[in-house]
Amino acid sequence: MDEEKTTGKDLSRRQFFTKLGLGSMSIAAAGSVAFAYQYLEPNVLYEPSPVVNAGKPDRYPLDSVTLDVNSGIYIIHSQEGFFSVSAVCTHLGCLTAWKPELNMIACPCHGSKFQRNGAKIEGPAPKPLPWKRVWLNDDGDLLVDRSTDVPALARDSFVRV
Amino acid sequence: MAKTVDQYFNDVCETRVWRSIFRSGTGSSTLKRALAIQQNVFLHLFSTKVRTRMLSFSATWYLGTLTLGTFLILVATGIPLMLYYHPSVPQAYADTKDLQFVVSSGMFLRNLHRWSAHAMVFLVFAHMFKVFYRGAYRPPREFNWVIGVVLLLITLLLSYTGYLLPWDQLAYWAITVGSNIASAVPVMGEKIHFLLLGGNAVNANALLRFYVLHCMILPLTAMFFVAIHFWRIRKDGGLYAHSSEPSVLRANEESKTLTASGNPKEAK
Repeated sequence: MDEEKTTGKDLSRRQFFTKLGLGSMSIAAAGSVAFAYQYLEPNVLYEPSPVVNAGKPDRYPLDSVTLDVNSGIYIIHSQEGFFSVSAVCTHLGCLTAWKPELNMIACPCHGSKFQRNGAKIEGPAPKPLPWKRVWLNDDGDLLVDRSTDVPALARDSFVRV
Repeated sequence: MAKTVDQYFNDVCETRVWRSIFRSGTGSSTLKRALAIQQNVFLHLFSTKVRTRMLSFSATWYLGTLTLGTFLILVATGIPLMLYYHPSVPQAYADTKDLQFVVSSGMFLRNLHRWSAHAMVFLVFAHMFKVFYRGAYRPPREFNWVIGVVLLLITLLLSYTGYLLPWDQLAYWAITVGSNIASAVPVMGEKIHFLLLGGNAVNANALLRFYVLHCMILPLTAMFFVAIHFWRIRKDGGLYAHSSEPSVLRANEESKTLTASGNPKEAK
């Protein structure tokens, strides 16, 4: 028993191996956590591309709001030009719908209302619907990048044909 | 002289095979009956002795037992449902419809699973209220209350993950909304959302993750905590009865001495 006692700052053999064991188990535990976290996070996503081809601009009559249900965006042809607004509600991610009779965008889940330029009329949505980058490709098709927000009503956020 | 059924049963209980399985032996003595509980792997979590009063309906309304009952029904119906269900897009929806309209007794099993799930959520809350209003959460049972709260959360998560599996519009948007609520967590919200769904949107990865959570991880976690929950009832002094709490007994004792003598000093 007395042999186990430490003198000064020295560790006894038993204390040394206890520390060594606990230390290596802690390292192994931390490694396992990192391993599990990395494993649970997918490295490749088989999700649709954020860039959507919305077709020829003449598909969209002047002053129209068109919802693309599959990609969750509106293509709006206004007097100032074409622009795109996300159709995903900023509240909890439901797909909103354009109500022509009310002249507004409405969310079926919790009743948020927006103007066609994305501006919020009524909550619970905390933010307006974001504008998405639009441009024309070489074939004259309208492309929308859903992963890039652009400032609302800014000159560069419209496409003029 | 013909033997009665009881005598035949006693004979079976005396056989070597029976005695090798049930070590406690036969007989209706208090000791034998206590051993029958204590030496049984399924029953040893429970108290070996229970007051008859605690088995009356009014004591607990049987809410905890009924919750366990619905959980067992959910396991028993959930496993057969897994035999016809593929957690893949869009097969999951077709399988759910098959279970409902094509598979023999599929509708019965699915509806039983669904109604038991609703009943379990209701019973867990009812159990919690009953424990709260009786004051049964107080020391020494305070840690078992904490385990109960964990079990409530697991029940709700089981309900939530099971909701996605039919892969219909209701499921899709409910999980879209629910997972977006998770992203409201400060700092880690977006990360939790991403890990929960295995992607940025409710998709094939999300369906598979919810399936594994619903059928493996959450039920096993629930069983683990249920075992601790029951074991702790025994360790914390059995089911709560106000009249047999030490402080109440002491108070009763004092009031008895008071009424017997009319003067507390003389009672000594």
